Amino acid sequence: MSETHAQTVAYVRDTMLPPAPPPVTERGAIKWLRENLFSGPLNIVLTLIGLGILWLLVSTIGPWLSHSVWNANGMADCRKIIAETWGPDATGACFALIKHRWNQFVFGFYPAALYWRPVLAFGLLFLALAPVLFSESRRARRIVLALATVLSFAIALVLGAPMPALAGMALLMLAWAVLIEIRPAWALLASLVYPLLAVWLLWGGSLWSEIAVLAGFGIGFGVWRAGARFGLFAVAAAAVVAVLWWLFLAGPVAAALAGMLPLRLQPVSSDQFGGFVLSITIGVAGIALSLPLGIVLALARRSDLPVIKLLAVMFIEFIRGVPLITLLFVASLLLNYFLPPGTSFDIILRVIIMVTLFAAAYMAEVIRGGLAALPKGQYEAADALGLDYWKAQRLIVLPQALKISIPGIVSTFIGMFKDTTLVVFVGLFDPLKAMADTIRASFEWKGAYWEPYIFVGSIFFILCFGMSRYSMYLERRLKRDHR
Amino acid sequence: MQTQAQSQTDTPAIEISRLNKWYGTFHVLRDIDLTVSRGERIVIAGPSGSGKSTLIRCINRLEEHQSGKIIVDGTELTHDLKNIDKVRSEVGMVFQHFNLFPHLTILENCTLAPIWVRKIPRREAEETAMHFLTKVKIPDQALKYPGQLSGGQQQRVAIARALCMRPRIMLFDEPTSALDPEMIKEVLDTMIELAEDGMTMLCVTHEMGFAQAVAHRVIFMDQGQIVEQNTPREFFNNPQSERTKLFLSQILGH
Repeated sequence: MSETHAQTVAYVRDTMLPPAPPPVTERGAIKWLRENLFSGPLNIVLTLIGLGILWLLVSTIGPWLSHSVWNANGMADCRKIIAETWGPDATGACFALIKHRWNQFVFGFYPAALYWRPVLAFGLLFLALAPVLFSESRRARRIVLALATVLSFAIALVLGAPMPALAGMALLMLAWAVLIEIRPAWALLASLVYPLLAVWLLWGGSLWSEIAVLAGFGIGFGVWRAGARFGLFAVAAAAVVAVLWWLFLAGPVAAALAGMLPLRLQPVSSDQFGGFVLSITIGVAGIALSLPLGIVLALARRSDLPVIKLLAVMFIEFIRGVPLITLLFVASLLLNYFLPPGTSFDIILRVIIMVTLFAAAYMAEVIRGGLAALPKGQYEAADALGLDYWKAQRLIVLPQALKISIPGIVSTFIGMFKDTTLVVFVGLFDPLKAMADTIRASFEWKGAYWEPYIFVGSIFFILCFGMSRYSMYLERRLKRDHR
Repeated sequence: MQTQAQSQTDTPAIEISRLNKWYGTFHVLRDIDLTVSRGERIVIAGPSGSGKSTLIRCINRLEEHQSGKIIVDGTELTHDLKNIDKVRSEVGMVFQHFNLFPHLTILENCTLAPIWVRKIPRREAEETAMHFLTKVKIPDQALKYPGQLSGGQQQRVAIARALCMRPRIMLFDEPTSALDPEMIKEVLDTMIELAEDGMTMLCVTHEMGFAQAVAHRVIFMDQGQIVEQNTPREFFNNPQSERTKLFLSQILGH
């Protein structure tokens, strides 16, 4: 290159330009409005239509909500107050209904003196779940533990729980929280015992029957450990021994122990359940049982063994092809025909079984999607390292497949939880329809229409939105690709 | 002990006789005979689709063969799951796409199989893992996740993970073909070091420099058959078959 040419091309910057602010139309609210609401003719029209609909909604619902009455003795009283305050033509919501009958929406016909028991069971649910759900973050776990303990205690206190119950609650919850903090591994065992504890708190009766059920698991586990080297044979033997125990020995043993030391809570029968106590009982049990069952079904559907695969496919397709209400009717009417005469087992238990089977079929397909999304190389690497099928599934495949499926799994949970309102069709008192109808049937609240739906709907929303937020939190926590 | 020691020195590491495999009706491996002695290092080359990957994947039964015999370290591979697991825990494998477990840290990747398959205590497994991670020169990455490492680093972790099982035989399935050029060298250096320690190695690769430096024997495959095998010097300088000459001219031509 010649010297002259080089001189004309060469250039060295000696002062660096400071960053300048963008023009007014390109920043802040103006930019946002331009880009999102008024970027073109079609967009402008859509924005105006949207604003119109919004105005219509607010102008209809707004006054109704802002004229709401929280203190009244009945619908007539309510209407009188609205007419007096806002004029004869005004409409208004009568949330006094909620204030007056909230306990029935929440507890159904559960005896009022025993309200502390479902409250404690619900609070303990969070103690049982915290070590599992928040294993990644000590801080989040502590917040959940503290909130669950304090709130359950405060609510039980307000609801007028007797002194001994309050003392027992405080002791149990504090001891459990301390256990979680000091010995997380043991706390997981406590979480496994939680379902039986919750059953005892909710239904009452003798604690010995729950302990006898638990002992069955212990005995089965013992048999399996003793014969572990026989492989599948030990599993079968453990199952047989446990079932024999539950069928023939558990009852008499529990009765004998109850004779010696009665650990009894006042029994509450299933037809006294209702409202959110019922929904949450069925929902939580269904969620807890349908996930493992769904995993097993998903693995079975991908199995190389044709019989197992066929059974899984048949089960999943059958359950998914039938409306949930059909299954609930089967639970309430038909199931008794197939059982030995004289046995009658609890309607709530039957409904839980059906809801679980229903959710598990959907869960299986969601998890199968996650399994299919894993690259083949992961299976090959696990194989090449000599991991057997179950170890490969447990350590390599499922942790990744479940993580991929979190959004789908939580969607299934949420759907199932909302579907618990369908139990109204088998005569149980769900909060949305049965409880609302019951309350409307009373003389003073006749004519209330929207208020119960709004109240129950918002509680469902809070619970489902909570689950959804948790799933997003979990996805963020488990993110490992760092991209 | 006597017999075991004897069997280790006397029997070959791998004995393959009259191996045939089909994918559906497609005959991928045709009458393969191959004996690998202990400490031998073999490079398998050949055009794509020639069955070289399938061959080494048969050795730890990632692929099932339909006829013929494969005996690895004195254990014949049949449908017997126990034998398959035994062979797999003796044979380490490194994949083209690393196949690290993304949900586990580097250290956990390396300790998982020793803990769950070999039943080694965690402490000891971690020490072994750190030893091999040091050997592949990335001990400082032990607590990171695979997604945070470069391709070359991931492949070296994959090698360390396989070594943590203390295998007698290592299989490499195109270990460098998914890597950027500047990372190929770091992986090859690791493999050369491993070769110097006397490991029995079967390596499917297109790295002819590596073959010349390390291999005792080069095997050239085409259409599911072994077309030619020879020492690297003879193989590269004096190829016999027309197919080999064509292949070599294509990969060394530019």
